[in-house]
Amino acid sequence: MTRITLDGVAHSYGARPRDERDYALKPLSHVWRHGLAYALLGPSGCGKTTLLNIISGLVVPSQGRLLFDDRDVTRLSTERRNIAQVFQFPVIYDTMTVAENLAFPLKNRGIDKAAIGRRVAEIAEMLDLTRDLARRARGLSADVKQKVSLGRGLVRADVSAVLFDEPLTVIDPGLKWELRSKLKAVHRALDLLMIYVTHDQVEALTFADEVVVMNDGQVLQIGTPAELFERPAHTFVGYFIGSPGMNLLPARVAGREAEIDGHRFPLAASYPTAAPGQRVQIGVRPDHTTLRASGGLPVQVRRVEDLGRRQLARVTLGAHELVATVPPGTTLAAGAAAVHFDPARTHVYVDDRLVEGTP
Amino acid sequence: MSLVLEQLGMTVRGEEVIRDVSLRLERGTMTILLGPTLSGKTSLMRLMAGLDQPGSGRILMDGHDVTGVPVRRRSVAMVYQQFVNYPSHTVYENIASPLRVAGLKKAEIDARVQQAARLLRLESLLTRTPTQLSGGQQQRTALARALVKGADLVLLDEPLANLDYKLREELREELPRLFAQSGAILVYATTEPAEALLLGGFTATLSEGRVTQFGPTAEVFRHPGTLAAARVFSDPPLNELPVEKRGPTVTLANGRTLPAVGALANLPDGAYRIAVRAEDVTIGEGQAGAFVFSGQVAVSEISGSESFVHIGTDLTTFVCVEPGVHEREPGAAIAFSIDPQRLFVFDASGTRAAAPTMAEPA
Amino acid sequence: MPDKPLNNKAWFLVLPVLGFVLFSSLVPMMTVVNYAFQDTMGQNHFFWNGIAWFRHLLDPSTDSGQRFAGALTRTLLFSLAVLAIEIPLGIAVALCMPRHGRAIGPLLVVIALPMLIPWNVVGTMWQIFARQDIGLLGAALNGLGIPFNDTQYPVSAWSTILMMDVWHWTSMVVLLCYAGLRAIPDAFYQAARIDGARRWAVFINIELPKLHRVLVIAVLLRFMESFMIYTEPFVVTGGGPGEATSFLSLDLVKTALGQLDLGNAAAMSLVYLLISLTVCWVFFTAMTQIDRRREG
Repeated sequence: MTRITLDGVAHSYGARPRDERDYALKPLSHVWRHGLAYALLGPSGCGKTTLLNIISGLVVPSQGRLLFDDRDVTRLSTERRNIAQVFQFPVIYDTMTVAENLAFPLKNRGIDKAAIGRRVAEIAEMLDLTRDLARRARGLSADVKQKVSLGRGLVRADVSAVLFDEPLTVIDPGLKWELRSKLKAVHRALDLLMIYVTHDQVEALTFADEVVVMNDGQVLQIGTPAELFERPAHTFVGYFIGSPGMNLLPARVAGREAEIDGHRFPLAASYPTAAPGQRVQIGVRPDHTTLRASGGLPVQVRRVEDLGRRQLARVTLGAHELVATVPPGTTLAAGAAAVHFDPARTHVYVDDRLVEGTP
Repeated sequence: MSLVLEQLGMTVRGEEVIRDVSLRLERGTMTILLGPTLSGKTSLMRLMAGLDQPGSGRILMDGHDVTGVPVRRRSVAMVYQQFVNYPSHTVYENIASPLRVAGLKKAEIDARVQQAARLLRLESLLTRTPTQLSGGQQQRTALARALVKGADLVLLDEPLANLDYKLREELREELPRLFAQSGAILVYATTEPAEALLLGGFTATLSEGRVTQFGPTAEVFRHPGTLAAARVFSDPPLNELPVEKRGPTVTLANGRTLPAVGALANLPDGAYRIAVRAEDVTIGEGQAGAFVFSGQVAVSEISGSESFVHIGTDLTTFVCVEPGVHEREPGAAIAFSIDPQRLFVFDASGTRAAAPTMAEPA
Repeated sequence: MPDKPLNNKAWFLVLPVLGFVLFSSLVPMMTVVNYAFQDTMGQNHFFWNGIAWFRHLLDPSTDSGQRFAGALTRTLLFSLAVLAIEIPLGIAVALCMPRHGRAIGPLLVVIALPMLIPWNVVGTMWQIFARQDIGLLGAALNGLGIPFNDTQYPVSAWSTILMMDVWHWTSMVVLLCYAGLRAIPDAFYQAARIDGARRWAVFINIELPKLHRVLVIAVLLRFMESFMIYTEPFVVTGGGPGEATSFLSLDLVKTALGQLDLGNAAAMSLVYLLISLTVCWVFFTAMTQIDRRREG
């Protein structure tokens, strides 16, 4: 049982950070609960890997404390933290067989042979590696190697958290599905705390119970996949989650109505008028932006993409570009059309932060 | 202007990496080579470029046999998955390098470099060296170099694979437009079906060194001619079931019999493999005449716009895609249905025996 | 898969070099072959001698045979000793070097320094260094009561030459291994720490397997160079005391130029060449075989 607590943890790679921008990771307090799967999601250089390295012990944070349950481990070395880590590229011991690879962490800790054998068999069974146990690890394909490195992490009974650093980077799409559902199954079976770092929102959302969205060393939102998708707390979250990202348009909002370039449309709640100097935007996902032949905000259709499962239209509303869903069976006159925003899914952002309306 | 591959074959260390590949690529079109790792995408590109010589077959450019012509004397540009730039040169010099080799005048070079830089939004970075750039900027530099060269054949080998998801999304949207005006023959290798659909154009599905199907992308997606093509072009993976057809019924592996309707009707008796894409598996009983199955939720995933449910049954684990956000408790009993009209049926050799009578996009 | 473009016409560009190599190596070699099968009574009268030179050389009961066997044994022993010391030492030094930081540049230069010194200079340095009257090493050892004289005691002579070679060439092994170690991604070390592996286990399971290819090259280079060593022992001991450090190369020169025994020397050099080639070939195939088996 482990709970990981970040208590005001921040990190700067330079010796003397002068202002906020010098921090690779800005001060963060959060509790990672046992048995849950978390994802750290953000673009390159957002600080997610720094945060992961602080948890695994490869980086000592320049301020704040890190607790495993109630024990302060801020300065404890990696090997004494009982964590397991799976890296971007499979790390396996070339000269050993799969079974020897899996047994390695246990052997290093002086556990007796029979117990090792039992545990290795158990983990191999869970990861579908039983048939490969006697094979030399070197000749295996990337996905099997990645399973072996995961297995080496899971084989220790005392492991308190498993950390993943973009583990599916080198895996083909078809096998990604398999490996991902394997991960979820393992998570349920072993009841572990898992933390998964990725820049791929699909991986983050499909894997995690809770996703931590980061940008510029800062945590912007922590929430379930559904929350992140349906109620992004920050415009960056709206843009980063979902493919394509949220449509964000500068607007004027008054009461239950919004206005873009003179076109008015209703909102589902009432919002206070923004103070002068504040930037007001409305955000609607392409999924909730419907393209119609007429009846809505007038747009010019630039291009329609057929994605197999759905069709998306790239359109312009005045000077603004947005993406809309083309419902099946829509027939469009060339060029001009209209979009409709689902009022219940239309959000208002003031200075990039989500504002709650009053019903 | 066209590039024609005629029955190309290549063997490397006793292993056939390219088998009997024939393709015809026209100027101004984009062809996507879609297949998993080691399916022969890169090998095929190297043959097209003239970096390798085929063991058998011919390569024709505009009707001229160019099989033995080395890459230096062909008009080819290539962009790789790794960011390949001259590390000691500025972005400007990197983009200008093919033009300098071609011996263009200074003013001409400058005009072309500026234009390419503008298209790829590199104007402000022209004086930097690649080490000072992010991955996306480095790859944009490599793309600009390929663009500026004005080559007849542009080969892009998984150019976005090493980039961040969002960046990939943006570049993916820009790429076809960038090269559309160049009028080159564009070839783009990828492992991802979604990428192929987004880029459009033509698609050749590859598996084990063979082109399993070639045609307009949407056409190949909707009507895969072989099991191999259907597998390569399905993400999430295709749901497959072996069946035995006898008279008016088909028998599944668990002994259950279903009426041989829809795509299954009018087929001779025998063993088949039926397959259905995840998006054609519907949660619930579905409409009248649908095949209804039941199982337990194994894994439930949300990707944002869609939710994926993996359903364990006594046949196989089915994957189903639903639009919108739906959370389902693992272990819960669940019923799902498959419209027999939407089944692909493949015979024992993996060739399509019958296809769904598919309407245009659902 | 060939990674570089093929261009068959490029072969023409190699022709001049090929011609030069033929002229500079094949022609003298044929002269040697010529000598090896003939004998002379002087005054440039040569006559066919068949394989008599070779028969003598390879028969330990003859004079020249005994001498050859002795020299060959000494040379092989020397090569083995060189490998046994320099390879482990080189790996050890490479492991101790820092992977990151500013000290690396100067450190690499210092380590590479011995390799930049010409062979005969190295020989002279060590010859003086080992002298029992004025040499730092020789005088110091004798001062400590250890009898050391490389012109009298074979043990002293051997240790001087071995030390010299270790000093001169271990840096090459170090540099090769260091490059190999630097190529190992950090993730491997991190994973090993997480797996609770001790230093020795990291070495055996990560570093040594990853160094495998580099080591093949290092061993091959060190073997060839030490097997053909000439200049340094010539300068330091001149093959003495007695025959103690008279390696094949030294013996060959003595036979050819000292005694003008050309036929014998020619046969010797051909056998010498064949042995080097065979050892290298056997060694290389063995290593690549192991490599292939591990791949499979």
